[in-house]
Amino acid sequence: MDNKIVKTHREPFFHVVKRDDMPWWKAWSIRAATIVIAFFLVGFLSMAVTERGFGETYEIMFSGVFGRIFDGRTTMLWKYLQEIAILLCLALALTPAFKMKFWNCGAEGQALVGGLASIICMIELGPKLPYPILILVIAVTSILAGAIWGVIPAIFKAIFNTNETLFTLMMNYIATQIIAYYVYIKGGGSNVINPVEYGNFPTVGNNKYFVNIVIVVLITVVMYIYLKYSKQGYEISVVGESQNTARYIGINVKKVIIRTMVISGALCGVAGMLLVAGTDHSININSVGGQGFTAILMSWLGQFNPFIMVVMTAIVVFLRIGVAKVADTALLNSSFSEIMVGLVILMLVGCEFFINYSIKFKHNKKEGNA
Amino acid sequence: MKKLLAILLAVAMLFCFAGCGAKDTNSGADAKSDLKVGFIFLHDEQSTYDKNFMDAAKAACEQMNVEYAQKTQIPESQKCYDAAIELIETDGCDIIFADSFGHESFLIDAAKKYPDVQFCHATGTQAHTAGVANFHNAFASIYEGRYLAGVAAGLKLNEMIEKGDITAEKAKMGYVGAFTFAEVISGYTSFFLGAKSVCPTVTMDVKFTGSWYDEQKEKEAAQSLISGGCVLISQHADSMGAPTACETAGVPNVSYNGSTKAACPNTFIVSSRIDWTPYFKYMIQCVMDGKAIDADWTGTIETGSVVLTEVNETAAAEGTKEKIEEVKAKLLDGSIKVFDTANWTKEDKKLDSYQADVDTDDKFTPDTEAIKDGVFYESTHRSAPYFDVRIDGITLLDEAY
Repeated sequence: MDNKIVKTHREPFFHVVKRDDMPWWKAWSIRAATIVIAFFLVGFLSMAVTERGFGETYEIMFSGVFGRIFDGRTTMLWKYLQEIAILLCLALALTPAFKMKFWNCGAEGQALVGGLASIICMIELGPKLPYPILILVIAVTSILAGAIWGVIPAIFKAIFNTNETLFTLMMNYIATQIIAYYVYIKGGGSNVINPVEYGNFPTVGNNKYFVNIVIVVLITVVMYIYLKYSKQGYEISVVGESQNTARYIGINVKKVIIRTMVISGALCGVAGMLLVAGTDHSININSVGGQGFTAILMSWLGQFNPFIMVVMTAIVVFLRIGVAKVADTALLNSSFSEIMVGLVILMLVGCEFFINYSIKFKHNKKEGNA
Repeated sequence: MKKLLAILLAVAMLFCFAGCGAKDTNSGADAKSDLKVGFIFLHDEQSTYDKNFMDAAKAACEQMNVEYAQKTQIPESQKCYDAAIELIETDGCDIIFADSFGHESFLIDAAKKYPDVQFCHATGTQAHTAGVANFHNAFASIYEGRYLAGVAAGLKLNEMIEKGDITAEKAKMGYVGAFTFAEVISGYTSFFLGAKSVCPTVTMDVKFTGSWYDEQKEKEAAQSLISGGCVLISQHADSMGAPTACETAGVPNVSYNGSTKAACPNTFIVSSRIDWTPYFKYMIQCVMDGKAIDADWTGTIETGSVVLTEVNETAAAEGTKEKIEEVKAKLLDGSIKVFDTANWTKEDKKLDSYQADVDTDDKFTPDTEAIKDGVFYESTHRSAPYFDVRIDGITLLDEAY
């Protein structure tokens, strides 16, 4: 009798248990170890594909990111910081929404309309307005455009409880098509808007990216304070934890959702402005280049903490540029670096699983047969 | 604790393996020139457009025995400037080449920053007016190649008419273009004129995709042209969309940028393309000799820049190869001019004068007389095409792009 019962209830080989008892140092050492392993895995795969040596591979990766920095040439370093800044700005923009469990997948589109507002001001108002006023108008319109693009799905969510993921995604396509149309009008048949000379952010010394980087540093600090110490930041956390709790303690949930998406969209608009007025001085449908989606991961990997997000974006951008250099110097297809970056992100996401859950293997296998 | 130890050991082992990685000793003893060329490509080898450049880059640098570096997937933005700086500062390149139209302004920016480095750019229009001595444009008289490919198409139509597959009035070709842009208009018009030179009743429908590379859209455009009664398709866009749609439908196709015979064995007739190897060799030679590179360089059939692939006997009409050789000889000796105004009309009128937009400005103002002695002179006032006349016989089905 006993035997039969044991056999019908076969225990699976392993099962997954939620855990929340892991001390912070242990969680962080797992993350650090994952990053180290990821770096070496990427290195080994690159070595295997390019048939290069270990030292050479990492040397190329390093030189791809920092250039000849030891010869005192800092151009590449600034470019690296610029790429971090743009991705980080988008990730920061998404963070308040994510913390509220509002899945804003529309950073791409919100940044694009922000950029569109910038380029329209630069082209139409550029010759007419004095420089400081022009910059101010660019900033205001870009922020407004991003905020509007962000708040539309929020209003629908707050009033009709629509699915914000789909809504924001669809808004991306609309934004892309509007840009395509604008480029068609302004770029003629060639489909290229030549860089506009008006309303460009100032260069500091010979540095084209300095202003962008400073702006993003400021946003990072402000966002940290806003989320951690402000009343609104606290309301965001509560709404994210449980809307019912929020309602019970008297938080106007609809208001918080809309307000937070205005902020999220506005910051995406800033990112668009940094790309158009601060960097390209032109626009096309690939101006944001999918970074609005990478930013979603950056926000998650950064645990919604702006300073951790700085580290995470720095790592991912380092890999993106470094591995691309390894691929380019070996005349490899550029997909190689995309695969490598994807692999690393997958590992980082995977390690979160092991931090949040533990796997219990089947114990005392033979006991049932006794 | 055991687990932690295991992880530590695993990491340590990784380091050990890492140490074992054999360091390649660079056998750089072979006598390579110090010169290095940096190439910037819009996409990678999956785009027929970029592959054509990449193959030429490899061939030219091997023949000239110089080293080269490349950056792929560089969009038409500040990223192009960054890529140029990287190729100069990190890789030590002395010549920078970029292959896409929209790269131009960013490349000029970089050229201003590095006056000692030569910057060469395909398909661009600004070198002759920008006043930047180390920035140069290049293109080829690809309209001659298109014309020859058009001859092959016309012969195929004649064959269909003779066989009774279609009547002479039904000889309609379809063309998938990217944008309503001079380069595309010049391309499809010369293709059409080539076909018309052997098949006088030919007409043509053109559809635009609004993208240089969009496989799905190009496929759909080709399919819609076929269902609209087009019996032969050609294209000026960079994916395999149109050729594969033709192969599926069994409709003959005249390709661009290179042979698509491998994927389309039954329908591929011939393809025209620009061979960039002569230009790359020219620019490298100029820098080696310390000579100035032309602000505008136009490759021709004569320089070996405009070439046709081998004719696919399965799909092409009989005698295509011979006819192409015959017309090619006439183009070379000047007895045929592609845009001879005697061969085409605009709104039923022969043109005696046409102001083309040669000098780049924001409003696309026509500024240069292009017709002289009854011939529209393409690619002479600058290397990039500027023929953008909508001639009779060609119907644009959409102009959204």
